[in-house]
Amino acid sequence: MSNSTDSWSRFDRRERLLRFFGLLAGLVILVAAWRAMEVNYGYAVTAPRELADLFGRMYPPNVGYSREIVGPLLETINISILGTALAIVMAIPVAFLGASNTSPNKPAYLLGKFIISFTRSVNVIIWALIFVVIFGPGALAGVLAISIRSIGFTAKLIAEAIEEIDRGSVEAITAAGASPIDVLIYSIVPQIKPAFISVATLRWDINVRASTIIGFVGAGGIGVPLQTEINYFNWEAVLTILISILGLVLISEAISAYLRKKVM
Amino acid sequence: MAAESGSAVEGSWERPTVFYNKKVKYLIYGLILLFFAYSFWNLRISPSRFVRGIGAGVELVTSMLPPAYTPSQRDLLIQGIVESIVMTIVATTIGIIVSVPVAVMASNNLSPKPVYYVGRSIVAVTRSLHELIVAIIMVKAVGFGPLAGVLALAFKTIGFFAKLLAEEIEDIDRGQMEAITAAGGTPVQTYLYGVLPQVMPRIVGLSIYRLDINLRHSTVVGIVGAGGIGITLLNSFDKYDYQFSMAIIAVIVAIVMVGEGVSALARRRIQ
Amino acid sequence: MLTVDNLEKTYDSGDKALKGVSFEVSGNEIVAIIGPSGAGKSTLVRSINRLTEPTGGRVSLDDTEVTGLDKSALRDVRRDMGMIFQEFNLVERLTVMENILSGRLGYLSTWNAFRRNFPPEDIKRAREILSRVNLEGVENNRADELSGGQRQRVGIARAVIQRPKILLADEPTSALDPDTSREVMSLLTDIAHEDDIPIIINIHEVDLAVDYADRIIGLSDGEIVFNGPPDDLDQAARDEIYRGGESIADREEPSAGSSTGSDDVIAERGD
Ligand SMILES: Nc1ncnc2c1ncn2[C@@H]1O[C@H](COP(=O)(O)OP(=O)(O)OP(=O)(O)O)[C@@H](O)[C@H]1O
Ligand SMILES: [Mg+2]
Repeated sequence: MSNSTDSWSRFDRRERLLRFFGLLAGLVILVAAWRAMEVNYGYAVTAPRELADLFGRMYPPNVGYSREIVGPLLETINISILGTALAIVMAIPVAFLGASNTSPNKPAYLLGKFIISFTRSVNVIIWALIFVVIFGPGALAGVLAISIRSIGFTAKLIAEAIEEIDRGSVEAITAAGASPIDVLIYSIVPQIKPAFISVATLRWDINVRASTIIGFVGAGGIGVPLQTEINYFNWEAVLTILISILGLVLISEAISAYLRKKVM
Repeated sequence: MAAESGSAVEGSWERPTVFYNKKVKYLIYGLILLFFAYSFWNLRISPSRFVRGIGAGVELVTSMLPPAYTPSQRDLLIQGIVESIVMTIVATTIGIIVSVPVAVMASNNLSPKPVYYVGRSIVAVTRSLHELIVAIIMVKAVGFGPLAGVLALAFKTIGFFAKLLAEEIEDIDRGQMEAITAAGGTPVQTYLYGVLPQVMPRIVGLSIYRLDINLRHSTVVGIVGAGGIGITLLNSFDKYDYQFSMAIIAVIVAIVMVGEGVSALARRRIQ
Repeated sequence: MLTVDNLEKTYDSGDKALKGVSFEVSGNEIVAIIGPSGAGKSTLVRSINRLTEPTGGRVSLDDTEVTGLDKSALRDVRRDMGMIFQEFNLVERLTVMENILSGRLGYLSTWNAFRRNFPPEDIKRAREILSRVNLEGVENNRADELSGGQRQRVGIARAVIQRPKILLADEPTSALDPDTSREVMSLLTDIAHEDDIPIIINIHEVDLAVDYADRIIGLSDGEIVFNGPPDDLDQAARDEIYRGGESIADREEPSAGSSTGSDDVIAERGD
């Protein structure tokens, strides 16, 4: 801080230098990053016009085409629901492994944690690629990709709910002479049920979005016709599909939010 | 839980349900089951195909292991990863710069109703479309390569960043703005002194968070041709070079995990 | 000289908060406005600098008619009216110095405001005012590190640095304890005398008003029912002002909604 009475600055000299070099470093990184992309400036400059042009060709949406996408849309919904259901079935044991208070031993706990973080770290489209190789193109690959991808997320949140279980009521029921199964039904399940339902609906909402794109690698759903129409430059059909996806996503978001609010 | 009903017979008790009555409850459960059955049937998953698939899966896994790459593939791998990281940085920067004004538009306390609705619509559209859909369209618009990926990631950044920042702006203390206005400040000065300092920590936190998310996405948009490591991965699958595929996936997982760790750490430091 | 002529305010909700209020303030007079909750005190002072837009009547400062100015002229006249708030309304994440200097924003270009580049004479004056309000040494503290009394002194310093022709204070002591309240009131009276400007102070505590004000205006249900020196404020006058004060329904406080958007954060992280 300076001593003269008519000058003041927010930072002292050292802080100012630090900030200056921080900013400079940020800018250098940004410029370096941009240059590393080796962008064709011809493309970059015309990008806004190309985009505007594209939207111009999309409009108006092809209304007649909408009949043809009902099937793929239903398939998308089916994939999202089955994928979520399967994910939960697989996530429950993983959650019990990955919750510190229910895991039988340390290696099992670590295994649970590993499954949770590994399945989460591989993007759904990569899982879809893998399952298309295994089961061939189609919705089966999609369902499996969605479900495996979702294990980590669902198991993690369910495990957190399990960890917050009130041990008191477990003890009370055990003290009344209940078997482990009784404890599960009368104490554990009621305690984690709200978390469970909200995790399921939240994940389903995410999976609806994911189900719209796994078709790009042949794993079923609305992504298949979307890619086809894009490749054939049927832009008006593309807009029809995009609008339908937008509607589907907004509706599923609303349903999911409603259900979560209801169980809270 | 003590829902008394007049018709209850002494010595019998029924658990009250969230549905209107038991019949409705079972009806709903039945419908749900039916729907699952229909979904399953609709996908036409034949058991024989499933069984064959398991065999193929075992084969695939064995052919994937151990992960491996030739020297020239290693160069491809490094190049792809660098491109993904570079795309992440540029896209996050562009996305945030565009997001801030959108966030102001989409906050009901700073914007008049028509502007507010425009802002919310931008947020809704940019949120709803999956990044790969945006990427595939961008590829058609500006050609193959990282530029398409950057545009797609920046577009998706708006939906996330502007939405959460708008929520933060809606919670600010208006008094601080009012004081600047009362001193004769222009609207821009009021934003600079009365709003920005209040939301700055959130902007920094969200930026780090979004950097992490964009890093994840940058590894896959290549699958539709929008630059980064994704295209290398797709090519390796197309060439049945599964050992290389596995190597790429392993590197992606490692990078994603490191990114997540660094981002979490940085956000904790700030708070 | 400030002239308020037949000022009216009817809120969109239909509340008639001011029903034709007229008075004048000049010299270095301290005018206290008292009245029960909901009488319209805040509406009155906020209508003077049009933070609240009056729906009828006139306000003039010297020869300028404030009501009816366009936006940019209004900003110019606001520079001549310093305002002090009940909740201080400091920009909490900025330093004390920045908060005080923000009183000069009306004289600063946006670019210089962005760079926090204030002219030397402003900074010199800020330091003088800091010592006048007894805040030497805290200029580099963040505003949210100060006590209530200190914060209000920063708020006063911010108003004083404007070199205003009049100060408006909306319940400047309500958030402070009794001793600190007296300190703030005597600081305000000192400023009025030293800088030779009038001050209008909304105040709840009648005793404080009587002790410090040169004149008291009693407001009841949007109308002036008393206007005279403190000595004339006898029991009858007090009854007149506060009669029926209790019957006015409590107004809603804006609730501090905290939306974290955590679900969205989880959802975004999800894919
Ligand atoms: N923003 C608003 N919208 C609608 N009505 C309002 C608004 N602000 C104030 N009012 C109404 O105007 C009337 C006067 O309110 P005002 O805040 O001016 O009173 P006050 O004398 O300052 O009260 P207090 O002592 O509680 O601060 C009240 O009836 C109030 O309900
Ligand atoms: Mg008030």
